[in-house]
Amino acid sequence: MITSLAFRLTKRFGAKIVLDDLALEVRGREFVTFLGPSGCGKSTALNLLAGLLPPTAGEIRLDGFRIDGLPPERRGFGMVFQNYALFPHLTVGANVAFGLAVRGLAKAELAPRVRRMLELVRLIGLEDRYPGQLSGGQQQRVAIARALAVEPRLLLLDEPLSNLDAKLRLEMRGEIKRLHAELGLTSIYVTHDQTEALSLSDRIVVLRDGRVVQAGPPAEIHDRPRTLFVADFMGYRNAFPVTVSSAEGDTVVGHARDVTLRGLGVVALAPGTAAVAVVRPEDVEVAAESRGANVVRGAVRFTEYLGREHGVEIVLGTGQTLMARLPRPVAVGSALALRLPPERVVILPAEDGAR
Amino acid sequence: MRLAVLLLPSVAYLLVMFVFPFAYGVLLSLTPGAGALSLANYLAFFLDPWQARTIWVTASIAVPNTLVTVLLALSVAYSMRHGIRGERAITAALVLPIALGTVLVAEGINGFYGPKGWLNQALVGLGVPEPPRLTHNYTGVMIALFVQHFPFCFLMLLGYISGIDPALEASARVLGAGAWAVFRRVMWPLIAPGVAIAGALVFVMNFGVFPSAVLVGQPAGATRTIAIAAYQQAFEHSDMSMASAIAVVMGGCQLAGLALILVLRRRMAGTGVATMGAGKR
Repeated sequence: MITSLAFRLTKRFGAKIVLDDLALEVRGREFVTFLGPSGCGKSTALNLLAGLLPPTAGEIRLDGFRIDGLPPERRGFGMVFQNYALFPHLTVGANVAFGLAVRGLAKAELAPRVRRMLELVRLIGLEDRYPGQLSGGQQQRVAIARALAVEPRLLLLDEPLSNLDAKLRLEMRGEIKRLHAELGLTSIYVTHDQTEALSLSDRIVVLRDGRVVQAGPPAEIHDRPRTLFVADFMGYRNAFPVTVSSAEGDTVVGHARDVTLRGLGVVALAPGTAAVAVVRPEDVEVAAESRGANVVRGAVRFTEYLGREHGVEIVLGTGQTLMARLPRPVAVGSALALRLPPERVVILPAEDGAR
Repeated sequence: MRLAVLLLPSVAYLLVMFVFPFAYGVLLSLTPGAGALSLANYLAFFLDPWQARTIWVTASIAVPNTLVTVLLALSVAYSMRHGIRGERAITAALVLPIALGTVLVAEGINGFYGPKGWLNQALVGLGVPEPPRLTHNYTGVMIALFVQHFPFCFLMLLGYISGIDPALEASARVLGAGAWAVFRRVMWPLIAPGVAIAGALVFVMNFGVFPSAVLVGQPAGATRTIAIAAYQQAFEHSDMSMASAIAVVMGGCQLAGLALILVLRRRMAGTGVATMGAGKR
């Protein structure tokens, strides 16, 4: 059991800066997720923590002791890879026992611990199979059992679910969450999937170009994105350029040519500055009245049936498009007034260039 | 039916180019002096120490050379598995001996390692009174075979090793395996089949050594290999029948070597499914 992992890492490949002074402190038993698009440095960060790549600069402290000089085999971590990385020539049992066997544990001690791990991931009875004979989900369970068998001080997970199909992904997500809580693990998880990040994490760290753009609890990242980049990543697909008219506390009012939008100001905005109002398609609703604050009007261009709701694309008077999810079907070509609820609209500084 | 028709060209090719000459050679070796079937040639070969000795001479070149070539190629290829700077230049330089062919390489070896070669001149210049004799003896043949077969073996093993998912090594490291444990427990079981095949091919090529044994060896004595013995019967004594017998003995030795390597490989594999790529990627 660790109490803290603190690091500050820079990694350059030639002239390319992959991690730019990425600093973070992880508490014991915390589940932290690095979230970002491919190339943001999240996997590199994990490899540096594991010791598989040397940092260009920086340090890693585990409970106060520097460990960045240690080779991976002496860090006592567990790691789960995207492609499972099971040893194809070893049985499931031998794969799970691997970390204990290289630590010199006697055969007699191995067996019960391997069995306990396989019970934990619900794979009892498959000890003698080879990885090639297992399904993707089973292979990932073996990979997790193998990483947990050594009782790792820190568990590193590198996009462990991205090779699985949707149903298995959901199932394994729950499994990872359960194991993390049950075993009191400290975990760092890397993904580009916002749903995974939201459901698993105690804290999400959004990365872009090797820097932290925002870090906080899932609800904060989800409801109060601080940049357009984070908002886009969190599903705020509608964006309208506005000019800030007034800002009081949390509430910001912005106006465009023919509409006034009231929303949440997460970052301080001075009146007169260029800003962008963002809102999720799921939060857009049909307006009760066709005029008023936060109401926009347009014509339906495209609809798609999504089961529980209807995806609708509306062309506004200004020529901009708005995506919405509506409970009832609407006809293509019909005029529609939509309300963007002020409590679900976020108004962010425009200078970001991150779309 | 369709399949049989499609197979016809390759079957015909095998019959004409391999089965017929092989069967003809075996038959020829069993009919000395165009007479009745007899083992006289084989008896003559094994009972004449000057001839029988060539098996030992050839093996004493082929076996150590195969071991040295495979071990060095393996260690170089293994240490290059993460890719190194200038890998392409190294690879190109190594392919050169294969492209140049045996005779040119042998000439180069004479020019460099020979009594008046650059190496000896340099050694004399450095004050070594009697530089070692490196050509026209056992050492010369060993050098020539190594120069020719190392690149081949190295490229084969490098291809094999590069095909192994680097995440396997990474996960072994994180699980606590040091460099040796990674090799012993993960990489070696996955590489072993490739090493066995490379070793088998190098051994067969080594055992058939002929031009090098003549050009940089001592074909009348220390490096009178079995291929030279066959050549002499065929073209100096015009005894095709005896030459065929010697060739058959040579083939038998090569097959025995192959069998031994494959048996060893089986033993080492232990688990029986140590095949590459068994894990889903």
